[in-house]
Parts: sequence; C-alpha cells; structure tokens
Amino acid sequence: MAPNTDTSTFERRSPPIKLAELSSLSAADSAAINAVLARLKNLPGALLPILHGVQDALGYVPKDAVPVIAKSLNLSRAEVHGVISFYHWYRTEKPGEHVLHLCRAEACQAVGGRALEAHVKTTLGIDFHETTADGRYTLEPAYCLGNCAVGPSLMIDGALKGRVTADRFDRLTGVPA
Amino acid sequence: MSVATIYVSRDSTAISLGADEVAAAITAEAARIGLDIKLVRNSSRGMFWLEPLVEVATDAGRIGYGPVQPEDVASLFAAGLTHGGRHPLSLDLVEEIPYIKNQERLTFARAGITDPVSLADYRAHDGYKGLQNALAMEPAAIIAAVTDSGLRGRGGAAFPAGIKWKTVAGAEGAQKYIVCNGDEGDSGTFADRMVCEGDPFVLIEGMTIAGVAVGATRGYIYLRCEYPYGERALNEAIKAAYAANWLGANIQGSGKHFDLEVRMGAGAYICGEETSLLESLEGKRGMVRFKPPLPAIKGLFGCPTVINNVITLASVPIILDKGAEHYKNFGVGRSRGTLPVQLAGNIKHGGLVEKAFGVSLRDLLYTFGGGALSGRPIRTVQVGGPLGAYIPDSQFDLPLDYEAYAKVNNMVGHGGITVFDDTVDMAEQARFSMEFCATESCGKCTPCRIGSTRGMEVIDRLVAGDQPVKQEALLRDLCDTMLAGSLCALGGMAPFPVLSALNHFPEDFQKSSQQQTPRVRVTS
Repeated sequence: MAPNTDTSTFERRSPPIKLAELSSLSAADSAAINAVLARLKNLPGALLPILHGVQDALGYVPKDAVPVIAKSLNLSRAEVHGVISFYHWYRTEKPGEHVLHLCRAEACQAVGGRALEAHVKTTLGIDFHETTADGRYTLEPAYCLGNCAVGPSLMIDGALKGRVTADRFDRLTGVPA
Repeated sequence: MSVATIYVSRDSTAISLGADEVAAAITAEAARIGLDIKLVRNSSRGMFWLEPLVEVATDAGRIGYGPVQPEDVASLFAAGLTHGGRHPLSLDLVEEIPYIKNQERLTFARAGITDPVSLADYRAHDGYKGLQNALAMEPAAIIAAVTDSGLRGRGGAAFPAGIKWKTVAGAEGAQKYIVCNGDEGDSGTFADRMVCEGDPFVLIEGMTIAGVAVGATRGYIYLRCEYPYGERALNEAIKAAYAANWLGANIQGSGKHFDLEVRMGAGAYICGEETSLLESLEGKRGMVRFKPPLPAIKGLFGCPTVINNVITLASVPIILDKGAEHYKNFGVGRSRGTLPVQLAGNIKHGGLVEKAFGVSLRDLLYTFGGGALSGRPIRTVQVGGPLGAYIPDSQFDLPLDYEAYAKVNNMVGHGGITVFDDTVDMAEQARFSMEFCATESCGKCTPCRIGSTRGMEVIDRLVAGDQPVKQEALLRDLCDTMLAGSLCALGGMAPFPVLSALNHFPEDFQKSSQQQTPRVRVTS
C-alpha cells in the first residue's frame, strides 16, 4: 500500500493516534511497560497479569500505556480501558509516595472502623481515591483485608497493620495530630 | 544442650500485630547473649488475640507465650524461654489451650505447627499421603471417595464437590482445568487466607488430586490482590513442589501431569462469583455469565472446569488420606465434615475455630469467643459475609448447618461470623449492605446495578422519617425484586442483611420518626 501523503484525509480519519507524538510516557516508563509485555503477553488471559506488572513497576497504569498494551494483545483500547476501570485495584493516576488501603468492611466497622475512617480522612485532609497535597499519601478503600479478627485494619504499601486506633495510625504515618 | 527451636508465625494477622518485629528481636537478643537458637516462621494456630504468639519446643510439647511485643523479648530469654521457663506471658502447653483442644481440626491439622513453605515439614505431617493414595486409584474411585465423604463447596453455595467433579470428568474436552477460587472477599472471613499463607501445600495437593480425578492438566489459583502474603507463600510452595516433582510432568513417576499457577485478582468482590472469576482469569471484566452452560461443561476458555473454593480443595487431601468415612463421621444431617468458622469483628477471642457442623452460635460466641471485645453485650452477628443475614440473639442456638440456616433465610456461607455489640446502628449496617452492593455490582443485571443505589436512597428516607410506612413497603418491594430478579448471588442476596436488620431490629429504623413530630405534607 502506498504511504498516505494526503494529510487532510489522514486527519479526518478516526482515530488517528500517533503514539510517538501523543504519548507522555517517559523512555524509562516505556521500557518498563515493554519489559512487562515481553514477559507476560503470551500467557493465556494475560491482561490482568500485565496490568499488575505495569502497576507494580510504575505505581499506576498510565493512560498512555493503554494503546501499547492493547496493540500487543491484539485488543481494542476500549477493551483494555474497560478492564482497567472495572477493577478497583488499578489506578490511572500516579499515586503518592505511600499507598494506604483502609478497610471499610463490616468486621472492621464492628470495632470502630467508621471512626477510624473519619480520623484518617480528617488527618490527611483527603477523601478516598485522593492523594495528599504534599504527595506523601494516597488513600484507597478496601473491602476486607482478611484481618477480621484484629481490626480495624490498614495496609501501608502492602504491609498489613491490625488494631489500628487513631493513635496508632498517627504513629504509623508520622502525621502530626 | 541442644539448640532450642522457637516459633513465631508468618501469618499476616500475626505480622499485622508485630510478629516480624518480635522475630527480629528474638534473633537479636539470642545473638546478644550468645545463645544458639533455631527460629522457625510457622503458620498461625488461629488464636489471633494471642498473636504475636511465641512458641518453643520442649520435651513435653510446645510451650507458648503471648501476645508478645518486642520489648518483652529480653525478659522472655531471662525467664528461660529456650526451655519453656515461666513468664507472665506464659500460656503453658499450647495444645492444651481449650480454644485449640476443643476443636476438630481436619483441614487445619497443620495450622500453627509447620513451616508453611517447607515441603519436608509438610511431608513429616501427613502431607502428600492423600495424593499418593489417589495416584494408585482409578479416577472414578477418587471421585467416589469425594462424593461419599459428603464434602460440599465451602465457598458458600454448598454444592456437593464430588458431583461437580463427576460432571467435569464426564465432559468432552481436550483440555480441562482446575480453578481454585481464592477470592475471599467476604468481610469476616480469613480461612482461605490462612490456608494460602499457612499451609499452601495442602491446597496444591488438593488441586493435584482434583486434576488427576477429572483429567485436568492445568490449574489456576485465583487469589485476591489484598492477600500479598498468601501470594508469596503459594509461589514459594509451588516452586518447591515443582522442584520435588509433586507438580509438572510425570508426578512421582505416575505418568500424571499437573501444572499450577497463581493469578492475582484486582479488587473486585464480584470475582468471587465463579463465572465472573473465570471471565477475570481470561483477562476480561469480571462480568457474571449466564448459566447454563455450567463451568463444569464450558468453563475457563470454554473448557470443562472444576471451580472450587480454597477450603473445599484443601479438605480433599485428608479425605483421600484417611478415607471418606473418617470425614463423613463429622457433622450433622446433610452437612458432613467440619467447617472452619472464623470469629471476627467485636469478639474477645477472634480467630479460627474448625468444628464439625452442628455447633451453635452461642457456643462459638461465648465458649470459644469469650463474648464481645468491648465487654458489652453482643447484639447481633452477621454470618456468611456481607450478603449474610444479621442474626439476633434469639437464633443463637440454631445448629450451624446448611439446611437449618437456610430454613430461616440465614446462610452459613464461608463460615465467617462478624460480631457486633449493642452500640451498632442496624439502619447504618443495612444501608452499608446496599452501598457495598452498589460499589461491587458488575452491572450486568438491573436489579443489582440500580436496585442497590435505590435501596440506599430508600433507607436514607426511611431513617429520616420521610413517610416511613411507605418507604418500608417500598424497601421490602425492592428487596423482593432484587432477591428474585438478580443474575447472581450479589444482587440476589444483598437484601438478606437488609431485611434481617429490618425484621429483627425495626427500632433502629424508627429513631427519627420517634423524635420528630409528624409532619404535615403539602401536596399539590
């Protein structure tokens, strides 16, 4: 096929995404994503493992990773976006330095989870799915961390904490009360 | 003197209370005083109020101390920790503690005893005996043993495991799969987590037996991403099992082949529903599938698939080891064997209680659990996770068995019991059930997707005293629609906690209508 040199028709076609120009991915991020793809793309049902791989490497799944992942799995961007937005775990914005998963479920509610939730939000000055202005903490809700005999429970960067009182939260995060 | 063996759990609940710090302090203190010790990071006994629990092996058995904090460690050594010396935190012989002694531990036989990722330890404690027996049996005989044991799915639906296996064995397909549902999303449950972290080999063995029985050569463990400790333990154990030829090709020279892989979920409660889990494993949104076809006929990637809960699969090795009769002799009625009950929430002695079916809630809450942690009266317990009913004191004497519970619209589910004291606001809990359903709905069917949001709104108006009689009728009508019209258990059961709260604790929904004088509504 002859190269299309008529830019006027080219621009009208949808969607004319030119990855190299539109992507805000840094070279390092691109390399990380490509490494994940090379490692996992041939797994059966590879999309979730790939998204985990990207989020583990970069802390999030950048929007501009979507077309790259879609292309490598021969999926549409909509399919990849649909999966990312379906699952609570994946995020598309860069998180703070530390990610907090605070349990909101019944077993934690039974031992003061609601009050802790209010304390955490007030102390950090953010709601769920938000990041503090200084970029230190991102707060996410969790519906059960499996630590139900010793709640309220909190996960800090993957490390589980039990019996989290307001005081213990302040000590764990070093946020001045 | 021989080197003392000291145990500190690597269970994530123990770690959440400081087990890693205690283990580090023990190593440091032993080095400081020049004492040679062997520190084993074992699984947890499931007595979580005693974690971090430190145990030491003595001639009489294991002596325990707990709950231990790092600052206690120096005094423990000074009191003679290495030979079980007396200390204010002494618990004496751990296996004599009534909480443990009065249980019937079959699936959790090794809990708190072995190093979870040591294959040698697993084998020294009856590990792989079930698979060895299975490898010498005809596949049909394995399935018959599972059927005869009366084992039913422990995920909540309680479908007979043997019948599911038989369907897969008889289904046509070049490739078949064993899928383990480790998406333990119910609040108040942690038995799956304890198996994955604390005895991963038993799950691997159970899945391998299932594979041999139905002719499946591939297995996946779908584990929720909130369980990173379980992921690490499972992967370590799988690696060890491959290295020792308990996984892979020609297992122990039997000619049988089984490959196993852990796949992580991504924080969607709905993926605990089996068809949604399969969609997720295939790399898609976790949307519930219509049934039929059953997963046993068309499951993962369209192939015949056994999909069972962690506890179901982890109960298989002991059935094949000790025989179907042995397992069947526990339990009552059609609920055979044992149920690992999880005591959670506002409970003094929270943890794992594996008992034969038929035990009463009152026994579990007071004899084992010791009452509410807060010291206040227990007002209600939610059994079976966020879709389970809130049970009032008047039903605490019901025997815990699938049929007895189903008769009164309660469910045993995955055996999680979340305890609430008398400070609980049941209207708030009912609202949360609807909110949770709205957050976690996959969106495929309308009663669940829209009904849950409308449910929250109706409860808000009801509690605000806005035409309460009408609102209650509306709420009951809505619950009826969700119960009857939802595609899966999420929308189909979310009304259970709502209705039980409304039926057993109506006073909590009437607070503001009692406080307010009746309003005259002007209608145009």
